[in-house]
Amino acid sequence: MSLYALCFILFSIGLYCLLVKRNLVKKIIGLGIAEYAVNLFFILLGFKENAEAPILDKYTASQNFVDPLPQALILTSIVIGLGVTAVMVAISVRIYEKYRTFDIREIRRLKG
Amino acid sequence: MIPLFVAIPLGAAFIIPLMSKVREGSARWIATGSALALLCLSVSSLWWVQKGALVYSVGGWKPPFGICMVLDNLTVLVLLVINLIGFLVLLYSLDYIKKYTAPSLYYTLFSLLLAGLNGLAVSGDLFNLFVFLEIASISSYALIAFGTEAEELEASFKYLVLGNVADLLILFAIGVLFGRASTLNMADLARSLQSISLTDPVLYATALFIVGFGLKTALVPFHAWLPDAHPAAPAPMSAMLSGVVIKVVGVYALTRVVFNVIGITPLISSVLMVLGIISMAAGVLLAIGQWDFKRLLAYHSISQIGYVVFGIGLGTPLGVAGGLFHLFNHSLFKSLLFLNSGAVEHATGTRDLRKLGGLCRTMPVTSATSLIASLSIAGVPPLCGFWSKLLIIMAAFQAGHTAGAVVCILTALVTLASFLKVQKFAFLRAAEGLCEGVREVPFFMLCAMVLLALLCIAAGVFFPPFLELVVKPAAQVVLEGRRYAGFVLGG
Repeated sequence: MSLYALCFILFSIGLYCLLVKRNLVKKIIGLGIAEYAVNLFFILLGFKENAEAPILDKYTASQNFVDPLPQALILTSIVIGLGVTAVMVAISVRIYEKYRTFDIREIRRLKG
Repeated sequence: MIPLFVAIPLGAAFIIPLMSKVREGSARWIATGSALALLCLSVSSLWWVQKGALVYSVGGWKPPFGICMVLDNLTVLVLLVINLIGFLVLLYSLDYIKKYTAPSLYYTLFSLLLAGLNGLAVSGDLFNLFVFLEIASISSYALIAFGTEAEELEASFKYLVLGNVADLLILFAIGVLFGRASTLNMADLARSLQSISLTDPVLYATALFIVGFGLKTALVPFHAWLPDAHPAAPAPMSAMLSGVVIKVVGVYALTRVVFNVIGITPLISSVLMVLGIISMAAGVLLAIGQWDFKRLLAYHSISQIGYVVFGIGLGTPLGVAGGLFHLFNHSLFKSLLFLNSGAVEHATGTRDLRKLGGLCRTMPVTSATSLIASLSIAGVPPLCGFWSKLLIIMAAFQAGHTAGAVVCILTALVTLASFLKVQKFAFLRAAEGLCEGVREVPFFMLCAMVLLALLCIAAGVFFPPFLELVVKPAAQVVLEGRRYAGFVLGG
């Protein structure tokens, strides 16, 4: 249970960083942290103490496997995360070219 | 046939960059052709579902274990909205997008967006839904920033941050449900949640879903990104975002998950209704003071989506039918209005209503179609917006939510006032400096606008058969709730 709590704290740190930090690069790092917390949460769901990797062949002795499904899902989720991060980095580079700053307080030509 | 809805646009998205290396002009025709094929498919899918829902198992793995795609009446309504508006918007883009560099990238991203939205609509698996949602989201972030001007990049980044928070919350909610029921197939999940019912983890997941999809839909406490993001995009893309994306990614996904998987309860229903009422009122009040044509329309999107969510949240047959009908109608007239604003900007170079004027003489077609759209959104009979609003208001009175019904009526009045302002300033008053000697926009843009205007009138005049044929069966799927599991898993 404490693992889940730590995972949730990690998620909160990431979310805090994403929403409160004023530097675009720090926001991107915050997104990364929050994303990994969610990925970790999925892996924890399939985790079992002392279990083996779920490969079924004649050498596996026990029937005690971890759940392979969350691992497969997280593989997809990591790739999606990579895509989102790439778009975010690309856009912040273009923002830097236009505004000459990463500070969100100076990037406000739009009225809220 | 169901995988074609994803395969065609995805294939087009891969072929377009290759072909545009060979011949620069081919991208537009590939994109438009694939969208036309999708439109034909979605119209013909109306007949396929006559005998009941269709289920396709990807790779031959049967539903509870493999990924499945489901085509039921609700999906058909949503597919019709996506592909109809998608095709008309592409038709409009043929002329509009010429002024940007690298149009072939625009068509690639647009096809990817269509693939994501169609995939989201047919998906029968919760994680698959998330993946398609991400495809649609990433391509819309890129399309908002397409002009790469300072404001557009800023709006896109704002949407990226909030959109990603929404995605993370949705993924987190999927994780919570998976942890509770050990399955991701929506039908199977609905079945296993039946025995668990609304215990704490499921309620927690529901709250996460409502916040996540609420952010994507821009319901009022979560709406901050929409008035920036929608006006920043190129006009055809704004039409797509307001007309289709927020509905499919937000309202449809929310409805599917809340009604068919988790199961509606009085608590969830009242949360949806309150969110709907707040969005309706706040959206329209923020809209009326705007002077930027597209920004005004963006605020109206929030308000009109409020109607849809309120109607669906009522949970009565009439309310859900009204909500879904309004979803369809809103996609028609709001896309048309955004295309009109794009035409005005294309011809005059500005969107500021204070600088416009006298366009009803110089741009007769744009002016006439925008009049039809304005009257539709304001709910003037016999145009389409009137009937769906009437259904929602009647449903609210029937269900005893008098306050909600009164807010609906007042919102409709304020909407009318704010569109009279648009008509007066942009089209009817005498022309001044900037708007003298402007010319009507090119052929394909006119074509798309006229078709949408005709559809607005048709959906209003012929609403009884449309309601019976398309909307009522879709509402039926929503109302059946968790029995969705029965006809997907077969038993």
